[in-house]
Amino acid sequence: MATWQLVQYVVTGITVGSIYAIVGLGFTIIYSVTGIINFAQGEFVMLGGMTAFSLIGLGLPIPVALMLAVVLVTLVGVVFNLTAIRPAGRASSITLIIITIGGALFIRAVAGLYWGRDAVALPPFSSGASLSFLGAYIRPQSLWVIGITLVLMVVVYLLLNRTLVGKALKAAAINRRAAALVGIDARMMSLVSFALAAATGAIGGIVIAPISYASYDMGVMLGLKGFVAAAMGGLTGVWGVFLGGLGLGLAESLAAGYISSSYKDAIALIFLFAVLLIRSRRLVAGEEAAA
Amino acid sequence: MKKVVFIALALILVIGIMPFTACGGAEEEYKIGAVLGITGFNSALGEPEKQTLEMLEEAINDAGGINGKNVKIIIYDTETDSTTCFTATKRLIEQDNVLAIIGASSSGVTMAILDTVTDAEVPLVSLAASDQIIKPVEERYWIFKTPQTNSMVVARVYDYLSDQGISEVALITASDGFGALGLEELKDVASTWGMTIVADESFDPDDTDMTTQLAVIKGKNPEAVICWGTNKGSAVIADNMKDLAMEMPLVMSHGIANRDFIDLAGEAANGVIFPAGKLLVTEQLPDDDPQKDVLLAYKADFEYLYGEGNVDTFGGHAWDAFTLITDAIQSLVDEGKEVDRAGIRDKLESAELVGISGIFNMSSTDHLGLTPDCLVLVEIVDGEWTLAEE
Amino acid sequence: MLSLIRGRVKMLAIAALVVLLIIIPLQGNAYYTSVLIIIGIHAIVTVGLCLLMGYTGQVSLGQAAFYGLGAYIAAVLSKTYHLNPWLAMAVAIIATAAFAFAIGFPIFRLRGNYLAMATLGLGIIIWILFRELDWITGGQPGFLDIPTLSIGGFAFDSDLSFYYLVWGFCIAVMFISQNIVNSRIGRAMRAIRDSESASQSLGINTIMVKAKILALSAAYAALAGSLYAYYVGFIDPPPFGFLFSIRLVAMAVVGGLASIWGAIFGAATVRLLTEFLHPFGDIDTVLFGLLLMVIIILSPQGVTRGLGDIWRRLSRRLSPS
Repeated sequence: MATWQLVQYVVTGITVGSIYAIVGLGFTIIYSVTGIINFAQGEFVMLGGMTAFSLIGLGLPIPVALMLAVVLVTLVGVVFNLTAIRPAGRASSITLIIITIGGALFIRAVAGLYWGRDAVALPPFSSGASLSFLGAYIRPQSLWVIGITLVLMVVVYLLLNRTLVGKALKAAAINRRAAALVGIDARMMSLVSFALAAATGAIGGIVIAPISYASYDMGVMLGLKGFVAAAMGGLTGVWGVFLGGLGLGLAESLAAGYISSSYKDAIALIFLFAVLLIRSRRLVAGEEAAA
Repeated sequence: MKKVVFIALALILVIGIMPFTACGGAEEEYKIGAVLGITGFNSALGEPEKQTLEMLEEAINDAGGINGKNVKIIIYDTETDSTTCFTATKRLIEQDNVLAIIGASSSGVTMAILDTVTDAEVPLVSLAASDQIIKPVEERYWIFKTPQTNSMVVARVYDYLSDQGISEVALITASDGFGALGLEELKDVASTWGMTIVADESFDPDDTDMTTQLAVIKGKNPEAVICWGTNKGSAVIADNMKDLAMEMPLVMSHGIANRDFIDLAGEAANGVIFPAGKLLVTEQLPDDDPQKDVLLAYKADFEYLYGEGNVDTFGGHAWDAFTLITDAIQSLVDEGKEVDRAGIRDKLESAELVGISGIFNMSSTDHLGLTPDCLVLVEIVDGEWTLAEE
Repeated sequence: MLSLIRGRVKMLAIAALVVLLIIIPLQGNAYYTSVLIIIGIHAIVTVGLCLLMGYTGQVSLGQAAFYGLGAYIAAVLSKTYHLNPWLAMAVAIIATAAFAFAIGFPIFRLRGNYLAMATLGLGIIIWILFRELDWITGGQPGFLDIPTLSIGGFAFDSDLSFYYLVWGFCIAVMFISQNIVNSRIGRAMRAIRDSESASQSLGINTIMVKAKILALSAAYAALAGSLYAYYVGFIDPPPFGFLFSIRLVAMAVVGGLASIWGAIFGAATVRLLTEFLHPFGDIDTVLFGLLLMVIIILSPQGVTRGLGDIWRRLSRRLSPS
């Protein structure tokens, strides 16, 4: 059991965990405002990566292409909210979940038709070989992933807690009717949360595409992992999902390294399961308070 | 209470009209069915297969069909799901009344329909790798396949490695059906080739990062790494090996035999060696290679329609299946016999074809009919497929 | 009096449904028969999900795992250990139900989204076991040559005979479920759905009730899974994965969550969408997603309820008073 291996597993775990945290962030934003688990979140991630690829292919300078991709995917989030979530009105949360599942299938299928079934790669943000660190190696892109995740977490945290929009979002989340009384339109807030989640999702898709490529069906797996990260984090707080993502990433990586790569997902889930059950009393109390 | 009435009514409506939508009509064309994994895990295989079949259908009909009668290809997407493939196959047999079926794209999905086609007595030409599909041949009377089997491919890999004086290998295989079948074969015959497996790791093709598994392998210090998977996961592995500064030879499977792998892995693809059908290195084949003309023609046709550099061996398997079946129909027509399922099956069993995947010599004991020399070793050099020197 | 008439209408409707189900396959197209068999099998799983989600208010995103457990236990016992297929099926049902009951106690300490997440995780863990325990399950390449069911000398090896078998089970499951819903435990279920803490204060052992219902739904799923294994004769892990769990939830919601008979409709709608959209080739999944969204947006209570609403409005308008 060499030290460099442990370091390598941790580095990988943190990189992968950051990715899960970005995806989970979108779940958290939408859930905390609307109470909806948005199963189309993984598709926003996919759209980010694929759109960026197409825009770069059009010959746009890379930074412009990436930003434009985020804007376009944000628009998709807005359109999705207006056409699928808003017409459902005050349907039960399970109904809304099915709508987002339908939306996810639809978006994925359209993407499969438009971009084809093949995976595509984005160029890394900075070139150069991996950096050596205690015998382990870190890719420059991993540092980008971790860095952008941290920045995104801070920005979203500040947005939710320090700005008027954020306070309105929170108010709508806590009590829809009371918020309406002071002039906060819950439907508008739902729209804003989808836009924000689509934007963070798109950023996630863009930062990971140089590492693990983008393809029309990447949203299934990432959405699932992101949801687990978000649920671990309690589905409400920005830092919770960050920790949830890192926990999941590290659990997977260490399980693959020390136990078995075939069972790594199962081991990670059992670990998370245990955490859920140990914390169940507190979680249930939190859930009731939120209801 | 009304609900129940409605369910009954709705069911009457939905199910009641189903039989009437099925109108057989006179058989004015030769119908061939196909069940392909166009979406889902196998989409990298199903897509070129579908494109190839559509191309061939158009070509044969433009040339006047088979003795003036058109060929119609009916393709259903299996979504790489055995339940969907199962009902789609029933549909091809019972409703579309096809003469023969091509598919499915992967071994697991094919297994789900073996009983169905056998019971219905419809010839099936599978596009999947596993030997199990056509063995034991007595039970697989109606089943044929066109891709080279896993045992041939694995033998080719081990043969190459032992020539290089390598005996300690690490395996990293995909957790999907393709990887699982490869792993089985790799482990089964390792000892007969004098190979020692020092590490046996697996990866999920959808995983974002495989450095952990590779770090485990690196710790075991193998002489070579064998990776068994399709494009996306395999490209991540090639890339991650460079990241971890792992210099040992990387040998992969025929699952990466298409352009996408090189596009994805970029620099990291260079130096990767894998066994594949001759299609990838058509131009480099000696002129006396009996397959060369067929390969050149298919490559030109496919790339004319679907873009330069897009041809791959999976589409080639579909070419072989289509040609085997239409040749069988042609010879039945030529001999003045009735064109039916049993007739096609008998012709398939004695088929000889210079195809894309190799030279087929089918027999009642061999429903594939390929020999191991249909595979060549390909090395990726400067982003191009190169026939490896042996 | 009115309720008597209503009751009679209902019995008539069910009788009509049963007669219809008997007649349909006689049209002789084995493709339709096989689709209807798959629908019947899925409907059995969906009913369990309706009991759990619609009546008791507990989400399960891992139901496909119970379906898979049933299929694998029945397949392995009957093929590898040469157990009588009926006996293998019974063992599969009992073992799966017992497992669900046991897992119910820790899991049901969680609620809402945490419960959803826990069931999701459980489903994936079991799915990974199907994939990795390959010396038992055959792993990803699959498990082949599963024997079929037979009584005396009569084997259920044709589509037609298997159709009657599946729908016989399906109708039986519907009646059992309807009776449970109308019983004492059914009232406890609805009380839990409406307010868990209120039902606790009424002296209902909520975790026990929830675990029992989970066990029942798992038993249904295992029954359906073993039928699937015997019918197709081959199983591999993909049909029992996360995506199928989601599809099952979609079936339950389309049929109307709190509607036993709606489960048939939900299962039929989702399966038939897939089948009918096949000829559209590539765009079939596009249309599937779109239709699923439209159906739910237009009638969030499920299609059966939605149709009922339309009927009620129509009949009110048409009636002279």
